[in-house]
Amino acid sequence: MTQLPLRAQLAAALGRTAAALSRATGRGDGSVIGGRIGLVFEPDLLRQLAADRKLVLVSATNGKTTTTRLITSALAELGGVATNAFGANMPAGHVSALAEDAEAPYAVLEVDEKYLPEVLNTTGASVVCLLNLSRDQMDRAAEIWLLAQKWRNAFAEVRTHVIANADDPLVTWAASTASSVTWVAAGQRWRDDSWCCPVCGGPLDRRDDDADWACRECTFRRPEPTWVLMEDHDLVVDPRGARWALELRLPGRANQANGAIALATAEAFGLPPARVLGRLRDVRSVAGRYTSVERDNREIRLLLAKNPAGWLEAFGVLDPPPVPVILAVNAQGPDGRDTSWLWDVDYRVLRGRPVRVTGERRLDLALRLDIAGVPFELARDVDDAAATLPVGGKVDVIANYTAFQQIRAEFGRAV
Amino acid sequence: MQSDKLRLIWIYPDLLSTYGDQGNVLVLEQRARRRNIPVETVYVRSADPIPEQGDVYLLGGGEDRPQILAAARLRRDGGLGRAVERGASVFAVCAGYQLIGTVFGGEEGQPVEGVGLIDIGSRRGERRAVGEIVAEVDPELGVPTLTGFENHMGVTDLGPSVRPLSRTVVGTGNGDGTEGCYSGRVLGTYLHGPALARNPGLADLLLSWAMGVETLPPIDDTWHERLRDERLGTVLGRQ
Repeated sequence: MTQLPLRAQLAAALGRTAAALSRATGRGDGSVIGGRIGLVFEPDLLRQLAADRKLVLVSATNGKTTTTRLITSALAELGGVATNAFGANMPAGHVSALAEDAEAPYAVLEVDEKYLPEVLNTTGASVVCLLNLSRDQMDRAAEIWLLAQKWRNAFAEVRTHVIANADDPLVTWAASTASSVTWVAAGQRWRDDSWCCPVCGGPLDRRDDDADWACRECTFRRPEPTWVLMEDHDLVVDPRGARWALELRLPGRANQANGAIALATAEAFGLPPARVLGRLRDVRSVAGRYTSVERDNREIRLLLAKNPAGWLEAFGVLDPPPVPVILAVNAQGPDGRDTSWLWDVDYRVLRGRPVRVTGERRLDLALRLDIAGVPFELARDVDDAAATLPVGGKVDVIANYTAFQQIRAEFGRAV
Repeated sequence: MQSDKLRLIWIYPDLLSTYGDQGNVLVLEQRARRRNIPVETVYVRSADPIPEQGDVYLLGGGEDRPQILAAARLRRDGGLGRAVERGASVFAVCAGYQLIGTVFGGEEGQPVEGVGLIDIGSRRGERRAVGEIVAEVDPELGVPTLTGFENHMGVTDLGPSVRPLSRTVVGTGNGDGTEGCYSGRVLGTYLHGPALARNPGLADLLLSWAMGVETLPPIDDTWHERLRDERLGTVLGRQ
């Protein structure tokens, strides 16, 4: 790697010191504070740290952290990979991640949707992966059509290769201004944000049993994908027509999609599926997600779901009834202070299993379940909820962002 | 009711359903069923005509562009206006509230022609109103304090033929100390998304309009009330 300018080296070192202090004093994992300090000292730090590396940016409403992890594992086949593994996905987090591993020739960064244009502009990343776009924390996030428009503008300005999910119409529209695109048919289970054409507003024709979509009123339609996920068979078909069994340890359909995107991304770096599948299969849990912990003689598994599309995917991962489920919902800043989204989730699939409800906004969820006809009991916290469930059995927990972090802290970051 | 069933018409869930708007349909359905009123819901996508024989028409929130599209399609269709003339009820939320007026602000703040069901005009305000809202309802309507969440940039001016739905205690609403409005059986509010979930009294007002009755038999509102108490206590407590 080329040597960083002296000022940038110093800024990066200061940031690393702050990050180490943050960890040592137990205040956090250091992934934000270090970058903030570095950026104050040298505002151009992100660009300088990114220069001369092969950089991948990963953005989406859901699946960013996991896909970032999968791609990082795949690219490790080629050499050192810097990454923001803890989900600190804004520029300060990116600076920290790159400064931590200044020698790595590769970097994979998860990027908050709103920051993608800025980060792409600053870093000139060679590859951008786009997984999906759906409603999310509307009180603070941008409206998603507007967000897609900003992505389009960014790809029109900065030359980069985009790897995009062709089954998501809004992602397709966003990606289609890029100079080159690899289209991946990665599936789309949540469709309630894509019934209308992003170009003209006309109805999109699509069937439940078919990924294809096309506008009834203009020429916008699904591009022909070169990679195809066959989710019912856990297979990915590569551009040469070869079929690869995914067999990931990470559960669920959403992770199959993340795996398909990771395979397409690895190939953009000259790595065929045969060289990276083993690495993808080795990933067991990501920042506490999908981890099982033994607690008071029960096997508790943690699932994170932050928005309606995420909850839909989480339901698909649950162990079948009668395995109980604990739901935890907060409405702090990072969750969105508005709980309206609970009404976009179809909870009726939870009928037939014991359901416990906790979190700071458990009464919002209680009313929602009552209207959905799902029997439940309220609980103070996860331990309180688990105590009412059979000893020796499995329990699934679905929590939104800060509720999930609280549970991890309660469990002593054993997960 | 027009027939032996209460007919709910959800207008354009593909355009006007940004954030939990489905909740209003679910709450109305459940409150009808718990009183043994047969109920049928029709989801009308934007490519389809508006059925004119409904009892309650619901419009949800939406981003700027879908809002403009929805208004254009509703004007072209004309069915909603005919249903209102016939005496149907309308419950419109946020973007849906703005577009049933004569004019509203588009994505660049430009004036866009509304459906014109009621005499209100909306425009883009200076800043976004995001947060909890509490408002005292017009005593004529006999509905308890409104609690909800607003997320909009609109300012709405009420014409002489409409009455404010409520006066704000916390939050922005129409922008002049009032929140929402009603005229005949058409009612609009900036309480976005599932506004009826926290305000079952408002749901019952719509049901009583549709049924043509003064009062409805009481039903178990435990979870609604617990949530209302918690929200009102929290929001008013931090004043």
